[in-house]
Amino acid sequence: MASKATTARTLLRSSAWSTSSRTAAPSFKQSFGARFASTQSSTAPASSVFTSGATLAAATGLTVGSIAWYTHLYGELPLIGGVSASSLADNGLHPAEHPWSHKGVLDSFDHASIRRGYQVYREVCAACHSLDRIAWRNLVGVSHAVDEVKEMAAEVEYEDGPNDQGEMFQRPGKLSDYMPKPYPNEEAARAGNAGALPPDLSLIVKARHGAADYVYSLLTGYIDPPAGVTVREGLNYNPYFPGGAIAMARVLFDGLVEYPDGTPATTSQMAKDVTTFLHWAAEPEHDERKKIGLQALIIFGSLLTLSLYTKRFKWTPLKTRKIVYVPPKDAH
Amino acid sequence: MSLANNFYNLIFKRNSVYVPVVFASAFAFGIGFDLGTTAFWDSWNKGKQWKDIRHNYVQQEE
Ligand code: HEC
Repeated sequence: MASKATTARTLLRSSAWSTSSRTAAPSFKQSFGARFASTQSSTAPASSVFTSGATLAAATGLTVGSIAWYTHLYGELPLIGGVSASSLADNGLHPAEHPWSHKGVLDSFDHASIRRGYQVYREVCAACHSLDRIAWRNLVGVSHAVDEVKEMAAEVEYEDGPNDQGEMFQRPGKLSDYMPKPYPNEEAARAGNAGALPPDLSLIVKARHGAADYVYSLLTGYIDPPAGVTVREGLNYNPYFPGGAIAMARVLFDGLVEYPDGTPATTSQMAKDVTTFLHWAAEPEHDERKKIGLQALIIFGSLLTLSLYTKRFKWTPLKTRKIVYVPPKDAH
Repeated sequence: MSLANNFYNLIFKRNSVYVPVVFASAFAFGIGFDLGTTAFWDSWNKGKQWKDIRHNYVQQEE
């Protein structure tokens, strides 16, 4: 009985399907009622948990309850967002988007800019900021040739040891050494900067909302405080810094460094270069990543196209077949 | 004989031919694809990569 009903239902479905897209057998209409009557009990929708009144009540209760709980906890409705007194002055001015030469999905870093940026970091920022995660060797083949880097590293003294007398000793830097720190520890850094800690710059581009745009805007954004805003002694007004008062003074001024490649060292040029350098420092895999991304998209795109085509090819007989129900002539 | 037939007899008929052909063509495709995409990448980013500016800083060591 059960298997008979299932067969009838299957037939019904296939013939209904065939009416919608193809011509049905002429006798279809008469047979429909009879077949339907015989299988009605098994096709009627069972009363389900999804349609019961208790479910509706429970879901409503859960929704209202969780909204009430959230509102009680956080003092504002969820998802809508309350009105708050936060302002640009509190959160920092949103930095403008800048047309970085490495911005596009296929654009590599401008390595000449990284090289100039390293110079700005070394001559300006390194007086206060460490760059812990970059070793000398990381510059090789990115912004400098290996002999240049060996020379630069050798100019710095590193403590090493212990030697066979058990004593630490000083030696010139090697490619494997990390960038020297301006201060031996955090306390010394704070003491040298009126209590503020100059953050390590290795990952600063990734660590700040607005990323490279923010760092660039911060470096070039120093202005006099607007009327009515007073900045505590020792702090400086910068609208891009959350709160507006930053312990780092403006450090970049036109002509501060001299680029060997002849690029005019304007404030914005230096800010752009040092930000590009810091972006590289935070994302040294950047160029390789974009290139591999291009290759992966081509390969996976072709494979997807191929598999879609193969699927359609294999399914063609099934998708184009036509099922017609011809009722037995001798049915009562 | 048609082209497809030739193809079949040459490559697919024997597994001892078919498998090496798969390996060799994967190898050749890998190299070719890499050369092609690298050439595109280098021309797209002309003048920006280290290899484009290296000559400014390294004297020819010969
Ligand atoms: C005189 C020391 C000094 C120099 C030089 C200096 N900074 Fe700073 N910098 C600081 C201090 C101090 C802070 C911490 C500011 C604060 O928290 O109020 C800081 C903070 C920062 C921040 C983090 C801002 C934030 O959102 O928290 C960035 C980015 C930064 N500096 C970049 C640079 C760059 C790039 C240079 C080189 C062009 C540079 N700094 C040169 C002292 C310096």
